[in-house]
Formats: sequence, C-alpha cells, structure tokens
Amino acid sequence: MDAVLYSIPYLLDGLGITILVSLIVVALSLIIGVILGVGIIYGPLPLRLLIRLIGDGIRGIPILVLIFLVYYGMPALGLNLSSFWSAVTALTIFKSAHVIEYVRGAVLSIPRGQMEAGMSIGLVFRERLRFVIFPQAVRRFLPPWLNGVTDAVKGSALVSLLGVVDLMHAINQVIGRTYEPLPLYILGALLYFAINYSLSTLSKVLERRYSYIRE
Amino acid sequence: MSATSLLQIDKLNKSFGENQVLTSVDLNVVAGEVVTIIGPSGSGKTTLLRCVNFLETYDGGSIQIDGREVGFTDSVSRKRRGEADLAGMRAETGMVFQSFNLFPHLTAEQNIMLGLRRVRKKPHKEAREIAQHWLARVGLDHKADSLPSELSGGQQQRVGIARAVAMDPKVLLLDEITSALDPELVNEVLDVVRQLAVEGMTMLVVTHEIAFARDASHRIVFMADGSGRE
Amino acid sequence: MGYQLSFTQIWANFDKLSGGLLLSLELALISIAIGALIGLVLAIWYVSAGRIGRTLISAYVEFIRNVPLLLLVYLVFYGLPTAVNIAYSAPVSFVATLSLYAGAYLVEVFRSGLDAVPKGLMDAGKAMGLTPWQRLIYVRLPTMTRITLPALSNTFISLFKDTSIASVIAVPELTYGAQWINNKTFRIVEVYAVTTVLYVVTGYVILFGLRLLERRFRVER
Repeated sequence: MDAVLYSIPYLLDGLGITILVSLIVVALSLIIGVILGVGIIYGPLPLRLLIRLIGDGIRGIPILVLIFLVYYGMPALGLNLSSFWSAVTALTIFKSAHVIEYVRGAVLSIPRGQMEAGMSIGLVFRERLRFVIFPQAVRRFLPPWLNGVTDAVKGSALVSLLGVVDLMHAINQVIGRTYEPLPLYILGALLYFAINYSLSTLSKVLERRYSYIRE
Repeated sequence: MSATSLLQIDKLNKSFGENQVLTSVDLNVVAGEVVTIIGPSGSGKTTLLRCVNFLETYDGGSIQIDGREVGFTDSVSRKRRGEADLAGMRAETGMVFQSFNLFPHLTAEQNIMLGLRRVRKKPHKEAREIAQHWLARVGLDHKADSLPSELSGGQQQRVGIARAVAMDPKVLLLDEITSALDPELVNEVLDVVRQLAVEGMTMLVVTHEIAFARDASHRIVFMADGSGRE
Repeated sequence: MGYQLSFTQIWANFDKLSGGLLLSLELALISIAIGALIGLVLAIWYVSAGRIGRTLISAYVEFIRNVPLLLLVYLVFYGLPTAVNIAYSAPVSFVATLSLYAGAYLVEVFRSGLDAVPKGLMDAGKAMGLTPWQRLIYVRLPTMTRITLPALSNTFISLFKDTSIASVIAVPELTYGAQWINNKTFRIVEVYAVTTVLYVVTGYVILFGLRLLERRFRVER
C-alpha cells in the first residue's frame, strides 16, 4: 500500500505526459488525416493511388515497428529528433493512416442519391460538399474517430520504450524502486481505463445521437 | 404541333459501355402537359429522365428546355456546360427520387429552404415562407421541424415533392416516386401529384402505377429496349 | 550524408527474421484459438446470464479493451508471479495475455454473430423436433461461424501485428529479430525496410487466403 501512495505523484506526472502525447498525436493526425482523406476521395488518380499505397503500408505494420523505424531511421535521413518527438511523429503517422480510413468510410457511405438530390436543386460542387456532404460526413466520422482516439492513448504507452517518461514508463520506474509490480500495474491500468472508457462511452453516446444520419 | 415544346428531346442516344440504353428517342412535352413513361425494367425510362437534368450525360441527340440545350452549350458543338451553368440549368427542373433522397441532417422545412436560399438566393424570411407554403400544400405543415428519420415514407416523399416544386421549376421529373413506398402510403403521394397536374405543372413521370398514368396524364409513352412509342 | 545501403548483413542473419516471423504466426494462431474459445463460451453464457454474469463479462471486456496491451503484457509477466505462485516463460506468458486480449474482442464478435443467425433457421430446427442443445450445436454455431468469419480473419491479422509487443519481454518473434540484427549490424534502414515488407506481405497473404475461405463459406442472410 505504501508503494502505491509513494507512486502517485510520479504516476500523475507520467499521466500528464501520456495525455500530452495523446493530444498532440490526435490533433496532428486529425489535420493530416482529413486533408489526405479528402485527397484520396476527390484528388487525381495518381495521388489517390499513392495515398492508398502508403496508408495501407502503414496500417499493415505493427505500431512498434513504425516507432523503431522513425526513431532509428530519422538520424539516417539527417534529422535528429528527440525521443519524445520521434515517438510523437511515429504515432501521428500511424493515426493519420487510420483517420484517412475514417474519412473515406464516412464520405463513401453517404448514398449517391444525396449528391444527386443536391445536383437536382441546382447546387454547384462546392455547395454540395458544404451543405450536403460535409454535415453528413462529420456525423458519420465522429463515432469511429472517437473510438480511435482510445487507440492513440493505448499506443502512447509504447513511447515508454524509447525512454519517454509517460505513465507506462513512470509505472516501471516506480516498480524498479519499490519491487511491488502488481498493485502498481493495476493502478496504472485503472488510470488508462478511466481515460479510455470515458472516451468510448462518449463515442457510443454520439453514435446513438447521430443514428438518424444513417437512415 | 401548334404549341411550342417546353421540353424537346430529339434522337437521343445513350450507352453504358457496350450497352445501348437509349436509341434515337424523340419526345416533346408542351407546357402544362403531363407525360407518363411506362415500360419494363431496363427499358431506359429512368435513364431518359436522368438525362433531362443531366444527372447522366447523353452521347448523341439533343435535349432542350425552352430552347436551351441541357448539358451542352449547343447540340452541335457538344461543348459541355461549366459547373455554374449546369447548376443553373438543373435549377430549372425539379426531380423527385424513388428513394426520396431527403437531406437527413436537415428538417423538412430546411430541406426545402436549402435550394431557395443558396440557388434562388432568397433571403431567409422569404425562403421560410415559401417552404411553409409548400409544406402546407402537401399537407405537412405540422411536420416542418421534423427530421426525415421521424417521417413515414409517404411523408418523406411529399417533402421531396415540395422540395422540388418550391424551386418553381419549368419541368418536374418524377422517377418512380411511389415504387419504394408501402401500398397504403402510395395514395397520399399520388394525390399531391394529381393536384399539381390539375394546376398546370409540366411533368415527365416514370411510374408503374398504370391507373395513375391513365387518369392523371395527358399522354402515355411506352418504352422498351431504349426506344419509345406513344 | 554517405549512408550506403547494404543488405548483405541482413541476408546473412535472415534466419532471425524468418524464424521470428514463424514464431509471430504461431503466437497469433494459438492466441486466436484460445481467445476464440474464451469468446465463444462467454458469448453463449452472456445470452442466458443474469445481471451479475453480464456485468462480470462486460467488466472483463471493457477492462481489456481500454488498457494498453503493453501494460497487460507486463502485468501478466512481471506482476502475476508475485501474487500467485506461477512461474512461466515469456512466450507462455505472452500467449496467455494475447489470448485474454483476443477473447475480449471476440466476445463481441460472437455475440453479434449469434444474434445474426436468422430466426427462420432456428424455427426450422424447432419444427424438426431438435432440442435446444441440438439446435445450438447443429444450427446456431455452424451458421454463426460462417457469419463471423470476416471479423475473425481481421482479428487474426490484428493479433499477428500485436505479437510485436512480445519483443519487449524478449520473445524472439519478428520485431525482436529485427532489433537483434539492428543492434548487431546497425543497418537500421535495411533491417526495418525488410521487416516492414515481411509484415505487410504476410498480412496481405493472410488476408487473401482468408478471403478465399470466406467466399467458400458465404452465408446469404
């Protein structure tokens, strides 16, 4: 029990880093993923193929491999990133590939008839995107994306392997000093659980709320 | 023909790849006329309708509304109309779809107002009044703030009609509008269409409802294998 | 920067990668087998369970799904032996962890699979005079298996990628092999390029293989 109490400040510091990493990854991957997602739907064929190829490649490898690839590979390209930024870059690349899929799924699942209805009342392409497609795409995008945010938080635990002192690393550090692994792992698990469970509950609430969009 | 055609289709050809769907189709519709097209599945009737508002391109021949070629700047040069131009042409026709295609994120009233505000450039207040007027005309003024998911099939389709008609189109295109409805909901929709016909709306209708075709139309055209016969 | 690409040392040590790949596949296979068992049993139990049973099952599922796999691996490998008198090797520990992980996801898959069995088939079974147990074995489970095949194959491919986490507890699978070669030869780009190709190609091979299997067993709803 003492071990647990002793650990709390360290765990909270680590938790802070975990949340920071997750926020940066989620924000960057959202921006990159949406831009590339729109590109993969409406762009010229060569661009679509390129994004498709790279995206499938990224989603086809384990996150850990991607992290190592970035961590060890960046210096070879002449870029010297800190562990923190290597990890964030790798996670962002990984998440962006998924965001592209969420965007594709959201937009492509909108029935063709919606575009046609927009055409038939005389809207131009840009107006159709803005008033018909975009509002529906956002509502279809949000539930799976929110669910995916939990993957970003879980993936952030891997940054501990590069020495970044996030929650996972903090747990291991404290265990190294107190030799009581089980209670600390359980405490850490509960902390991760608290974050992710709230996110997935929010996602389910939104999914129910927006179910009308899938009539 | 004494009256000038509002909608004139001449020698229309269209193929989907190897498949010749429309072969040299001729059709004239005069202002105020209701023309119904019937025929077996695959005869090209829906394709014909979708060519009129250029949801499908056509390979040969001409479609003119009020003398202006749909889709191309003229039928000889076949130079495709630009985005804005095409949108303007489409605003002159109204289409009601078999699967309703109401915008699910907008209420019934907002569905009708979208075109009025963004295409007809009406101010908000005026668009709202027009929308409410047409909702009342199709018997749904009490459902103005309902989302499509809260409406029955028949109600959704009536909103679909209101959405098309509120734009004040020259020609109304009706694509099997009752085919996706439960039988007991069909009549409420057909009553609205009958009323529009009486009031002089020019309509091109594709339908399976033979009884409706007989009493509401001025002319019936029979299509099979891509060509029509009256 | 004069970084010359040289793959010779990779090929010289390729056995670390090929052996690792094989081990990854084995780990994934065993884990999905055990996980499927767990998932199936819990899914069947869930349907007829009372509130307590359902809460327990949900707690298990939600816990596993919201906690990082890395933490679970550490918990089972380092944490459990201190509380319970167990000693196991790293691979065994990892398989246990991954099986529990797979089980949590598969409970959901099997639950909706069971639900998706057309009621008409069950009625036909009843009409034939089959007992509830017979209906379960001869009608519901076989049909459910065909319905859930796509989800199962996706889970398997996911698990295959998740086996890379085993490298942190020194299980000699593919990612560990790559790290090993990297530490020995410092041929970073080459070794990870080859490893990436191995993961991606294997993933696609599995995907296409399973798609063929699915097509053979397609169910018309």
